[in-house]
Amino acid sequence: MSAENNAPGEREWPLFEIFIRPRGGLDHKHVGSLHACDPRMAIEHARDLYTRREEGVSIWAVPSASITASDPAEADALFEPARDKIYRHPTFYDIPPEVKTL
Amino acid sequence: MSAAPEAPALYRYVLRLGDLALVLGQRLSEWVGHAPALEEDLGLANIALDLVGQARLLLAYAGEIEGRGRGEDDIAFLREHGEYLNPTLVEQPNGDFGETIVRQVLIDAYQLALYERLVRSGDERLAAIAEKAVKETRYHLRYSSNWLVRLGDGTEESHGRVQRALERLWPYTVELFEADALDRDMAERGVAPSLEEMRSAWSRHIDEVLTEATLKRPADRPYTWFGKRGEHSEHLGYLLAEMQYLQRAHPGARW
Repeated sequence: MSAENNAPGEREWPLFEIFIRPRGGLDHKHVGSLHACDPRMAIEHARDLYTRREEGVSIWAVPSASITASDPAEADALFEPARDKIYRHPTFYDIPPEVKTL
Repeated sequence: MSAAPEAPALYRYVLRLGDLALVLGQRLSEWVGHAPALEEDLGLANIALDLVGQARLLLAYAGEIEGRGRGEDDIAFLREHGEYLNPTLVEQPNGDFGETIVRQVLIDAYQLALYERLVRSGDERLAAIAEKAVKETRYHLRYSSNWLVRLGDGTEESHGRVQRALERLWPYTVELFEADALDRDMAERGVAPSLEEMRSAWSRHIDEVLTEATLKRPADRPYTWFGKRGEHSEHLGYLLAEMQYLQRAHPGARW
């Protein structure tokens, strides 16, 4: 996908994935993607597109081409075996009534 | 509020600042729906909205100084061509994207030099408005300067276009720093910064950006524009016709 965007002769700007840290102490979260011709512009566009209402205190812009994604076709092999390994889920514990926010 | 005798001068000075922001905000919003990329569309609209926001604060203040019960909307929509006191540069048509960026760099650097000093104004209200506006303006200048470097140091085509835009718009910058009686009066009273000082800060930034953008700074030519005294180029009339149409056709119309 991103390789096509960077192909020579392609006039479209490359795609960047944008991550925003909503507040100090929280993790950066993926909020979307945008086109920009260089990383500096990606940050400016992200500021204009995703932080207009004080949504964040920090922005990361990552070229989409740098992201290696899992293949949806392999989802069965990758994720389903976890489903029947119930011992991986800590569901056998009685939660004390005092603990309200687990 | 200021003592009555000084009201007209302060009123006119605040109008100069407010009209600059209003007219440029209106010009930039003409890009909405037409910018070269969706992301730029939003970028320019954001800057336009910041400027309209500054204009609202300044024109509301002008109305209070005037003391005739006019609000920001009356001042924005019901004044004539010759009552607008913005510098001629900001009413110039957008041209292509490069020309808009050149105009923006020239005026962002001017507004930054202004607001950075106006925060220490003896007029508390202006100081407070500048305090809010200076942060926005720093971002505007960063946005426009980055673009000017990309275009100037880009392809032969983009370099040629922005160099030509620079030659065309440069003569209008002389007006920004040419102090008249009102500017001197405001500076002496500690309301406004000295234009001389602003010019050197402006010049320094412009030289830096032009060098990085591999553009040539045009020579200063004699001063022939007087927008800030109410004598405008033909372009302002068309802009006002569009901006004021609704309030003129349906007086008092509200959302």
